[in-house]
Amino acid sequence: MNDQVDLGRRRLLTAATVGTGAIGVAFAAVPFLASWQPSARAKALGAPVEVDASKLEAGQMLKVVWRGQAVFVVRRVKSIIDQLGNHDAVLADPKSDDSTQPDYIKASGAVRARNPEYWVGLAVCTHLGCSPLGAFEANNSFQVAGADLGKDWPGGFYCPCHGSKYDISGRVFKSMPAPKNLAVPPYAFASNARITIGVDDAAKTV
Amino acid sequence: MAAAPESADSSKGGGLIGWIDQRFPLTKMWKEQVAEYYAPKNFNFWYYFGSLALLILVNQLVTGIFLTMNYKPSSAEAFSSVEYIMRDVDWGWLIRYMHSTGASAFFIVIYLHMFRALLYGSHRKPRELIWIFGCLIFLLLMAEGFMGYVLPWGNMSYWGAQVIVSLFGSLPYIGGALVEWIRGDYYIADATLNRFFALHVAALPLALIFLVIAHLMALHEVGSNNPDGIEIHDHKDAKGHPLDGIPFHPYYTVKDMVGVAGFLLLFCGVIFFAPTFGGLFLESPNFEPANALQTPPHIAPVWYFTPFYAMLRAVPSFAGTQVWGVLVMGASIVVLFFVPWLDHSPVRSIRYRGPIYKVMLAIFVLSFIALGICGLKPPSGIYPTLAKVATVLYFAFFLLMPWYTKLDSVKPVPERVTGHA
Repeated sequence: MNDQVDLGRRRLLTAATVGTGAIGVAFAAVPFLASWQPSARAKALGAPVEVDASKLEAGQMLKVVWRGQAVFVVRRVKSIIDQLGNHDAVLADPKSDDSTQPDYIKASGAVRARNPEYWVGLAVCTHLGCSPLGAFEANNSFQVAGADLGKDWPGGFYCPCHGSKYDISGRVFKSMPAPKNLAVPPYAFASNARITIGVDDAAKTV
Repeated sequence: MAAAPESADSSKGGGLIGWIDQRFPLTKMWKEQVAEYYAPKNFNFWYYFGSLALLILVNQLVTGIFLTMNYKPSSAEAFSSVEYIMRDVDWGWLIRYMHSTGASAFFIVIYLHMFRALLYGSHRKPRELIWIFGCLIFLLLMAEGFMGYVLPWGNMSYWGAQVIVSLFGSLPYIGGALVEWIRGDYYIADATLNRFFALHVAALPLALIFLVIAHLMALHEVGSNNPDGIEIHDHKDAKGHPLDGIPFHPYYTVKDMVGVAGFLLLFCGVIFFAPTFGGLFLESPNFEPANALQTPPHIAPVWYFTPFYAMLRAVPSFAGTQVWGVLVMGASIVVLFFVPWLDHSPVRSIRYRGPIYKVMLAIFVLSFIALGICGLKPPSGIYPTLAKVATVLYFAFFLLMPWYTKLDSVKPVPERVTGHA
């Protein structure tokens, strides 16, 4: 027998084994990483929800839960709807170009709604996910969560966490911590004031 | 029959210790790490905080283990199980307050420990790795503190988690998917709480213990720095022990006992008389259960995160994304790792540095405190401006360091440590 150690062979075999092992470890890591994805149950619970908004008075809002997130449904006063196009100058993204919403909402312009009377949007500030407060009274200096919204306030939402302001279509003001308008989920009207959140078409489920 | 093999090394003594020493390096380790670990004899007040951090780590591990015995990591039961610990478990309130006060005490001690390094140049060559291990410990401690704060599932836990997890969502392209992956659901949910529990009680403590051992091994390899910032190993006696060194045991074990006694007085004072510390250690909105539909009127993290949170808020969104604030906040931690290489001063200790470093260090401390206050306050009035100024000053301390430490005048450094005969 030859006592000489074949160093080249040893190095090659060791490197090949380690290399194969490393690939194996990389594959074995996939199930562990994937186990952090939303589970099948979490996905199933993300189903659409139906809201009856007919009992809302003008100027009121309700919050419903869809996929664990709060969704605003606001019944807007007609005078405020009529003024929606008048304050584009103070908005960061008046046409919602950089914001998240279905195409039919973007196409609706300043009202950002399928029916101008009802505004639907996620109650999740686009800054860091806080829940904004409704401050729907317009042109009337008043306090919300310690902040004075000023006499020019067109009516909308105020985020108490970091002071972002949105108009009543969820469009963010300029120079706010929040970069985008409030997101609008897909929704559809099943009837006059019955709203299904999470679908683009009331007849079909997405 | 052959006789039982004799011990290979009879020099290791008899008795139980001798029996162990022949099989495990017990006496050897004790001597090397404690009884014959020579530390500089001029340690002052600032040198208490390393051993205190170790004490708090033990406190957190022991109280944490006992808390897990009654805590339930599910969104349905977490809040009530914490109330159960507080009201129904014998002494449960004490164990929980020891843990929650320990978290704040940990950060107080660690911040003072890090400040000590900046005072005396303890991060300078050859102690860079001690500093880096320390920074990693700090980083893990922040993760540990954050996840621990989520576990009681109060409303501040919930919305704090929402805000912090959303930070990852601002990263371009991968943000949305990453946030979903971290949460394991479409919102902060049971899955999120459960995995944070696993990380808080198993993964992160294990990593922390490993890093603390590495931190101490690196320290004992190169030896401790001291308030004069000079090497005691340059002057040795006939036996090879440093002339300005004294054995860690009994000298510093006894000194640290005094530090522990003083610390425990304050620590117990908080536990018994002010466990919430006026809403700083435990925030009042967290005494309400988590409510996904109701943000607390003002979200502020626990005090030890507020300096970094203030930096996050100080940066406005730009080019349609608010990732910049997140990057600035991340950079404020990352920059710490580079301090050993940013500091170009020919001396280590502040005692022999010139006025520029002293002024810069003072500005840094003031800006850190100012950021801490800004992070606690709502973003209105003077606070947003103050936070912006303080953020700039915080970074100026680090990023201008290569220049001002070189420009600064220095005093002559003594050969031997001062202050003690």
